[in-house]
Amino acid sequence: MIMLRYAVYRFFTMLLTLVVVSVMIFVIINLPPGDYLSNQIAELQASGQSAGVAKAEFLRKEYALDRPMWQQYLIWMGFFPGPHGFEGLLQGNYGWSFEFDRPVAEIVGDTLWLTVVVNLAAILFVYAVALPLGVMAAAKSRTWVDYTTAFVGYLGLATPNFLLALILFYYGHRYFNLPIGGLMDPVYEGQPMSWDKMKSILVHLIVPTFVIGTSGASAMMQRLRANMLDELGKPYVETAIAKGMAPSRMLTKYPLRVAFNPFVADIGNLLPSMVSGSVLVSVVLGLQTIGPTLLTALKTQDQFLSAFILMFVALLTLIGTMISDILLVMLDPRIRYEGREA
Amino acid sequence: MTALLSVRDLSVGFGDGESVVKDVNFDVEAGQTLALVGESGSGKTISCRAVLRILPRAAQIRSGTMTFGTGQNRLDLATLGERRMRDIRGNRISMIFQEPMRSLSPLHKIGNQVSEVLWLHRGASESEARKEVLKQFERVGFPDPARAYDSYPFEMSGGMRQRAMIAMAMVAKPDLLIADEPTTALDVTTQAQVLGLIKDLQQETGMALILVTHDLGVVANMAEQVVVMHKGRVMEAGSAQLILTEPAHPYTRQLFEAAPEIPDEDAVGIPMPDEDLILEMKGVSKTYTMRAGRGWKADKLIHACRGIDLKLARGKTLAVVGESGSGKTTAARIALGAELPDPGGEVLFRATSQDDPILVHQMTRAERTLFQRKAQMVFQDPYSSLSPRMRIQDALTEPLEIHRIGTPAEQRDKAAEMLKRVGLNADMLKRYPHAFSGGQRQRLSIARAMMLDPTLIICDEPTSALDVSVQEQILTLLEDLQDSLNLSYFFISHDLAVVARIADEVAVMRQGLVVEQAPPETLFYNPRHPYTKALIAAQPEPDINRPIDLKLVALGAGSPDSWDDAFRFSDSVIPSLVEMEPGHKVRCHV
Repeated sequence: MIMLRYAVYRFFTMLLTLVVVSVMIFVIINLPPGDYLSNQIAELQASGQSAGVAKAEFLRKEYALDRPMWQQYLIWMGFFPGPHGFEGLLQGNYGWSFEFDRPVAEIVGDTLWLTVVVNLAAILFVYAVALPLGVMAAAKSRTWVDYTTAFVGYLGLATPNFLLALILFYYGHRYFNLPIGGLMDPVYEGQPMSWDKMKSILVHLIVPTFVIGTSGASAMMQRLRANMLDELGKPYVETAIAKGMAPSRMLTKYPLRVAFNPFVADIGNLLPSMVSGSVLVSVVLGLQTIGPTLLTALKTQDQFLSAFILMFVALLTLIGTMISDILLVMLDPRIRYEGREA
Repeated sequence: MTALLSVRDLSVGFGDGESVVKDVNFDVEAGQTLALVGESGSGKTISCRAVLRILPRAAQIRSGTMTFGTGQNRLDLATLGERRMRDIRGNRISMIFQEPMRSLSPLHKIGNQVSEVLWLHRGASESEARKEVLKQFERVGFPDPARAYDSYPFEMSGGMRQRAMIAMAMVAKPDLLIADEPTTALDVTTQAQVLGLIKDLQQETGMALILVTHDLGVVANMAEQVVVMHKGRVMEAGSAQLILTEPAHPYTRQLFEAAPEIPDEDAVGIPMPDEDLILEMKGVSKTYTMRAGRGWKADKLIHACRGIDLKLARGKTLAVVGESGSGKTTAARIALGAELPDPGGEVLFRATSQDDPILVHQMTRAERTLFQRKAQMVFQDPYSSLSPRMRIQDALTEPLEIHRIGTPAEQRDKAAEMLKRVGLNADMLKRYPHAFSGGQRQRLSIARAMMLDPTLIICDEPTSALDVSVQEQILTLLEDLQDSLNLSYFFISHDLAVVARIADEVAVMRQGLVVEQAPPETLFYNPRHPYTKALIAAQPEPDINRPIDLKLVALGAGSPDSWDDAFRFSDSVIPSLVEMEPGHKVRCHV
């Protein structure tokens, strides 16, 4: 009951935060002087092409860029009627990309869920690797196990991702016949989902997951090790040993449970850092994720496209923090029962 | 008859260092209690942990045997395989630790943690274990075992958690229980009850007990056999009767002399003089509001202090005594101006006899500077009250720098002089705090407090983290300083014996109220209030013929509802402090 109430409460605060974030994104994008169209108009006027100017002026009206900023924002969000009535994010209209001269929805299309898939895979990878290694390093601290994992971890942190990507591509292709680049075989692009397409995506995911996840995994492993070491010195661990518990069971039941909290709290931070951190990797690996598109959009001041992508990343982050908050409440009775009558 | 556990020539050391436990021998017979007595660093804790082989990782057992068991079935715990050792732990030998606050996992329900013993050693199912554990909970005195089973440790008081620990240790009916300072972290009244519980359980089940403690009073109440340890060696061993009445070894005698005692000779103390007051608290109350978690519930009010009137005369010591949560620390914080009292209360401070009083909570900037120089504090924990990254010299001169007093050279000289005053050497100025022992650190904290030549020092349990012999030295130092500098102390403590020694006036607090107030001689000889009586009765005396009177403790330490009609109070009806005889005030209905 407490849980459900908390989840509902947390969901509404998330929505509220999202609105605030949307305002900030919109303001920041509009901070640099001019917009895509006014830049274009200036350019066209300089070269004396009046026909183009007329089209650009038309587009400015069409997308309400001639109105005050607060109106532009409300129209973009879909709180306020634009030239064609309510047509904003809320109504599922993501706007128009001037750079690509196509609707935003069409450009981002598949990349949205591919981004989610790649990052989810990377996060799963981070947890799957960091959890056992971190616990082992702590339990066997100051032995060769600890030193080896630490060494591998630092190696993972220190190697530039794109370099790792290139190396893995080369050897992956040579010895395991893994595909190079992309997130699926080109034949499946634009095709509806099928069994073969899924298989192709999975095979293509192996290298990117590894590349994007390595540094996150080693950072998290080190954190978990440090947390575990702190916990291992606590008296309740001694109590558990004095009870006659076997070490492995004791480790997982007591100190790991406590050390796990910061681990869970990290989910929210992991998502955005992976999305933005994987831009370079996506470019190098030719992944159809949202990162490279965002880069182009920001460079050309393509405001609807970049605003939409930023909103999408913000949404991912907020969902991540919401999940980790709810998980924390489930995991830690101290948070759950704060203020319960004793 | 062979002993249940006999330890022979046990030596334990860390890494390549010298052994910290050297050739220790002791026997525990079935059903008996052995007390391992010593100060910190004596090796008593390491010895008892060696029995269960739960030493820190760097420590190893270097030699010796630890034979455990009855009849033919005897094992050497020193060489037993780890897997078989696990069958012993928690099953045949179990252990209770010092800090009930931290010895239970905060994230698992109490019932789960206790039942685990039965799952591990009896292969019990969840429901079988639950039934057994609930019985055990009832036995250790949980009013509502089923509720305790589903509670988390942070929802319980320290005494209740220690009961849960005891239940955990007892539920598998072990042959031997090792209790490592089981009551050191508890209030005296709770300590008395927990000790009584352990004793009852022991009689019921016939288990043997190894009790590790530094408190001779606890020994006198519990043990049949005593082993006194010092620096890793056994100094003296024998029956409690013998050692407590005729200690043979000089070290044991030294321990006895250092232990402060509550006097009970017929004496009437001199009441605190009424003129030349350095500190005066008038009608001070403090109410904290605990915000209710949910909007529709009213906020909960916590009365930390209720109508406190205290007077401290210049050059005297006023002690405030009470259990944790009684409001004594809040009172001290208000006296120091660190906390605002509720409207209506006021605190007056006179720096010298000639000065006009300052209202501590409505000071001008100049008054505040003066007050901060003249009133200082010494804290409870000398380990955390000095910055580990500051040299002693910097820590000592910092107050002078803040108040811009003297040149750096003068400040240094003053620091050196203070160090000498508190019994340390001036050449220690360049060291960092970690190079000092607990007692030395407390001397340093006192030196730091003295740097600004204060007239009032507030001491918040300054000796409760120290060994008895060190405590003795610190109390002597405080007395010497008071005599030579005419200092006034506002002294907070839960230890009546310490207070008996140092105070000129004692105020006993319970639930934010002063329930009895008198000079120590009067208070200890003729206590009137049931709570004061309980506090005095709960104090373990190192005299085997005067065991703790648990009935008296339970009577006074219980909720005010259980007191005699004359003393009862509730939130709305509070009797006033009545002067029974000159200088002896008791809160009761007349």
